[in-house]
Amino acid sequence: MRILARIFLLGLFFAAPVAARAEPMDFTEKLDIGISTDEISITSDFRGADLTIFGAIDGFNANLLAQGKYNIVVALEGPKENTTVRKKQRVFGIWINTNSMTFELVPESYSLSSTRDIDTIAPPGGMNNMGIGVNHMPLTPIGYIGDGSNLTEFRDAFRRLRETTGVYQRDPGGVQFISSSLFKASVRLPADVPNGVHIVRAYLFRDGVFVAAKALPLRVVKTGLEQAITRAAHESPLFYGITAVLLAVVTGWLASIVFRRD
Amino acid sequence: MTVYLPIAELSVNILIILGMGAAVGFLSGMFGVGGGFLITPLLIFYNIPPVVAVATGANQVVASSISGAITHFRRGTIDIKLGTVLLCGGLAGATLGVWLFALLRRIGQLDLVISLAYVILLGTVGTLMLWESIIALRRASKNETVTLRKPGQHNWIHGLPLKMRFKKSKIYLSVIPVATLGFCIGILTSVMGVGGGFIMVPAMIYLLRIPTNVVVGTSLFQIIFVSAYTVIVQATANYTVDIVLAFVLMIAGVIGAQYGVRVGQKLRGEQLRALLALLVLAVGIRLAIELVIPPKEIYSIVSAGRGF
Repeated sequence: MRILARIFLLGLFFAAPVAARAEPMDFTEKLDIGISTDEISITSDFRGADLTIFGAIDGFNANLLAQGKYNIVVALEGPKENTTVRKKQRVFGIWINTNSMTFELVPESYSLSSTRDIDTIAPPGGMNNMGIGVNHMPLTPIGYIGDGSNLTEFRDAFRRLRETTGVYQRDPGGVQFISSSLFKASVRLPADVPNGVHIVRAYLFRDGVFVAAKALPLRVVKTGLEQAITRAAHESPLFYGITAVLLAVVTGWLASIVFRRD
Repeated sequence: MTVYLPIAELSVNILIILGMGAAVGFLSGMFGVGGGFLITPLLIFYNIPPVVAVATGANQVVASSISGAITHFRRGTIDIKLGTVLLCGGLAGATLGVWLFALLRRIGQLDLVISLAYVILLGTVGTLMLWESIIALRRASKNETVTLRKPGQHNWIHGLPLKMRFKKSKIYLSVIPVATLGFCIGILTSVMGVGGGFIMVPAMIYLLRIPTNVVVGTSLFQIIFVSAYTVIVQATANYTVDIVLAFVLMIAGVIGAQYGVRVGQKLRGEQLRALLALLVLAVGIRLAIELVIPPKEIYSIVSAGRGF
């Protein structure tokens, strides 16, 4: 079972964005990261938390490091799902969902932390290629989208909604060097962090050029009564439904006994 | 004091939910209705996703109808045969309703259809009830005797084929209108989370001419089984029954109902109906306003993992 799990996790590393996988060979720098745990249990009173990730740069150029030319970006990506954005419009005086657009496999949550604002780390083109940052992650529409003129509008709405609800976050300054080549990054887990396998991705940039990347899986498992209920509702729905009905029958029946007046 | 609703995926103040359940229970005891048509809109006003409100409302209806049905069963005022014919239609209707529910949810129009259905239903029923009770109140003030139409009178419904004898109700009636009525109520139960008693009872009395003494018990019989069936199908097909929310509501509801019954006995029938009509209209108007005013956010996000 453990071996199977390892193989599964290995698969996740290879599922990293294409550009990040194709590491250029002529750089000597290597990036290493570690987290204290590969599994986080979340109880029902969870109100969000900070996850700290430690890392080190190996094979660095001491000169460049001293000049602060190295920059690090750490992202915590939630599980990916196809996601639909809907737009309401007024039709005959009533507000109705008229248009929609579905984006392919976007993360359910996304927390970004970096040494400085990512737009000052590398040119936007580079960030777009690698899909780093809320404004650069790929939002690929599925299905017919007409002439695509409303693509920008839906993408902007998606990013704005995800950021205002707090499931997408960024913290320029969340990555700090604690010694010359050791760094510490803190990423935020939102209160409604989704269940499943999250991936911590770290990227190293040297003077605006992408140098190395590393990824680690992080399993988020919710625990507690509420989670048991959610699991029951999704895994044995028939049993769950019958239980809900029986609960109602017993409540109604008990009430008729307790409050019987004849 | 907050409680997390696992299916609705949000934290709510348990006191507000208890208050809502008790208030609706009180009103349902007072007016002798199930209260599903009040609880579902109230939950929607409190930002519970409509899909969860509807399925959970049906669960609450089971609890609030069961004690009434037990009383009627003891008194022998349930026509099981008539109830079974209604139920057959009801189960078919609820099945279609849940399928419709899933379809509308997929194309993103479910919330709209639920709101529109409530506005139309509550608007129509509320207006008719208010009209009827105003006439009754006027008559009462002039000391006129109220003349109901004679139960022996027949209409076109009684000319339909496939007739069946219902001994307890002492009527000989085609199964077609009975099953059709059950079918329509079944759709309402699964799409709107209502028991449908407030439509079924008048329809049975005025359209089918079923004697009033068995009408309430028989409709409760059908409501319990159709709501229970709806809850189970909603739970398996759409995963939208929130058992925590339902439990809090039903506990508060059954207690509230006991006090409602006592207050209801002190009021006169016409006054009760006028008050209920005003309440029904108020809820309908509130929902209608929600549809017309510009929303704060015109975009919404739905993914396979979360969101409704």
